[in-house]
Amino acid sequence: MDLITQLLVAALSSGTPLLFATLGGILIERSGIIQLGAEGLMLMGAVAACLTYLHTGSLALTLLAALAVGAALGLIHSALTVTLRANQIVSGLAMTLFGTGLSAYLGKSITGQPIPGAVPKIDLAFLEPVPVVGDLFAHLDLLTWLSFLLVIVLHLFIHRTSWGLHLRAIGDNPPTADVMGIPVQAFRYGCIVVGSMLIGLAGADLLLVYSPTWIEGMTAGRGWIAVALIIFARWNPLRAMFCAYFFGAMDTIGFKIQLIGSAIPSYFLKMIPYVVTILVLMFLGYRNRNKPSGSPEALGLPYIREQRF
Amino acid sequence: MNETYSLEMRQIVKTFGPVVANDRVDFRCRPGEVHALLGENGAGKSTIMCMLSGVYRPTSGEIYIRGKQAKIRSPKDAAKLGVGMVFQNFRLVQTLTATENIVLGEKSSFWRGPGWLRRKEEEIEAIAKRFGLLFPVDRPIWQLSVGEQQRVEIVKTLYRGAEFIILDEPTSVLTPGEAEQLFETLAQMKAEGKTVILTTHKMKEVMAAADRISVMRKGRMIHTIAKADTNEKELAKLMVGKESAAVRRESRPRAKGPVLLEVRNLDVYGDHGRLALNDLSLTIRAGEIVGVAGVAGNGQKELAEVLNGLLPWKKGKIVFNGREFKTASVRGAIEAGISHVPENRMKSGLAGSLGVVDNLLFKSYRSGERSKYGFLRSASNREWSQSLVEQFDVRTPGLDTPVRQLSGGNQQKLLFAREIHRNPHLMVAVHPTQGLDVGATEAVHRLLENLRDEGRSVLLISEDLDEVMQLSDRILVLYNGSIVGERGREEADRETIGMYMAGIRDEKEEAV
Repeated sequence: MDLITQLLVAALSSGTPLLFATLGGILIERSGIIQLGAEGLMLMGAVAACLTYLHTGSLALTLLAALAVGAALGLIHSALTVTLRANQIVSGLAMTLFGTGLSAYLGKSITGQPIPGAVPKIDLAFLEPVPVVGDLFAHLDLLTWLSFLLVIVLHLFIHRTSWGLHLRAIGDNPPTADVMGIPVQAFRYGCIVVGSMLIGLAGADLLLVYSPTWIEGMTAGRGWIAVALIIFARWNPLRAMFCAYFFGAMDTIGFKIQLIGSAIPSYFLKMIPYVVTILVLMFLGYRNRNKPSGSPEALGLPYIREQRF
Repeated sequence: MNETYSLEMRQIVKTFGPVVANDRVDFRCRPGEVHALLGENGAGKSTIMCMLSGVYRPTSGEIYIRGKQAKIRSPKDAAKLGVGMVFQNFRLVQTLTATENIVLGEKSSFWRGPGWLRRKEEEIEAIAKRFGLLFPVDRPIWQLSVGEQQRVEIVKTLYRGAEFIILDEPTSVLTPGEAEQLFETLAQMKAEGKTVILTTHKMKEVMAAADRISVMRKGRMIHTIAKADTNEKELAKLMVGKESAAVRRESRPRAKGPVLLEVRNLDVYGDHGRLALNDLSLTIRAGEIVGVAGVAGNGQKELAEVLNGLLPWKKGKIVFNGREFKTASVRGAIEAGISHVPENRMKSGLAGSLGVVDNLLFKSYRSGERSKYGFLRSASNREWSQSLVEQFDVRTPGLDTPVRQLSGGNQQKLLFAREIHRNPHLMVAVHPTQGLDVGATEAVHRLLENLRDEGRSVLLISEDLDEVMQLSDRILVLYNGSIVGERGREEADRETIGMYMAGIRDEKEEAV
């Protein structure tokens, strides 16, 4: 494998958890609710997956646990932001702080225990001879294939179904959606809960596939990167895929440089994804300075029906 | 449950906190008529229609549709009963296409491939054609003109099978030509047996389009009458509660003052890099009111902003009082003597949660009379505020009352007090009477005329053509960011101005 192929493979594996979290976030924010709890949700998903796997050894139960934890936290976020109309930023930050703290407590007993090979790989032997493609796709695990599928499903859902149309309307103009008979609040609940489940799954993927040991705070800011990726991808699942792999590559590029034996201190190399985040934001802000951002118009605004307008 | 009525609202009461918006209102419609609901701004017309369309729920009262009592709890219920409403602020999702907006809320067919979409587009185009409502079905809403957006809204109600179609102030956003077209559509709807309810405060529309007329005033239903049995004068009397004074004031011939403001070939870019003012030139002399007419969104907002230093310009020059403006500066404009009554008084005119004194201070706190060494002179500022409040007849419970709690008219008077007491050379007033009642409108008009009589100038930007024609010494028409026509007070008539508003240039002027 040459260096570029190695980088692509690494980008795929470290980008997949980011992709899950970004897709979840897109679903939530398309409904007009700001999602800043990804870091906490991912940690909770990871610790729930780790505990379940160590106790039961069943992959299905493990994934279910991560999804369930995501759904529970999503339900809290929706109750706060949709029903009680709490500030969405504060609620999201609370999710992150709460998730970080609780996951650290729950994971105390299992810190450092390895979880090898929990997710089966799907071997596609016929792909092996093909250059690059073989290296990338011949031995991918189940969850990565699931993430590909999710991108397509979410894209079709948003752009090709009646519910997707409702979702786009709710995120842009909830009073209009309401007048057209769409249950705005129920839709928002649904999107937040399902989106949070995906973010919980992102945590499980990170733990089971990418770095198979529970360590406190193991997401190391990936939740926040996912928040930024939602914006880079301009709330579009297909673009989210490319953005996630790009940042996955940035994430691993530090290791690669270290392996070559460069003299740059590793602290600086670890900063790469975050520095790139800032640079990309600046670049996109400059390039799109005269364009609408593509963000849902009603993002961050609670909806109350009987308000004088 | 009289059989001749297809829709009946009985003793409807609606309160918002302490405010009674509708007080025991009765309203009845016959099948297949165009029924106009006439009243001033704030008379409660929109409120009662919102209850019919399920946006609000009545505090008490009953609604009967086709003789059966109807419980309308949501817009969905209303749609099921065949009630569709076109709101004054359109209910359209800007990023979706016209077709997507129209089928929004439809439950059928979860999967929507390109084939499904094409079928819907054809179906919608057929309806649009039948009623003479043309618009591009596959374009996103933000690319359509306001008139086209309204057509999308009307087709939306028809597509959903509405039998009762409510239009809330439909012509306020249209050119006179577009309004004509709308009335033809209404006639077609009537011919197909639909009941059309039209809320408006414009007498001309009522006389042009309606079969029967209900007049509302201050939240109460005053009278319902057939058009054939009444006339404009009687309706005006019912609407305002007193014989309204002859609208057009005597014009006094006056000497032309020196040039105060000279704008030459100005190019200004608005939101999203759109060219909002395109090679615009205008001149304002001392002691005249210059009215700017035009359909919303043709550069009015940008014109006001550039004169007040809120927006930079790309090309051209602005000379005010013999001095050329070098850069856009709000402070520069204030110090040069330009006052601003912005379009939305609560958004960019006043700070709602602050009191009267603070709001009055915004443009003069720097002066030595109001502050010393950076500290405000509280006691003298209160006295000064009190005198302004009295002079401008602002009714407020106290000097520290958050101005949000004042009525619209008093807010506007407060704003005028702040802007006028500095003795500006030029006042730029944008929609100065929007949402005000008759009394307050009258007061604002008097303030503007007084300014003129003192030899100061006013640039009056308004969508209300009647207001512009009533007050202005000269009328300019803004279309697509340029002045396309100019008329003196005497030679202005609605028809010509309407043509200019639609972008039809005068051939005579073109040749020059």
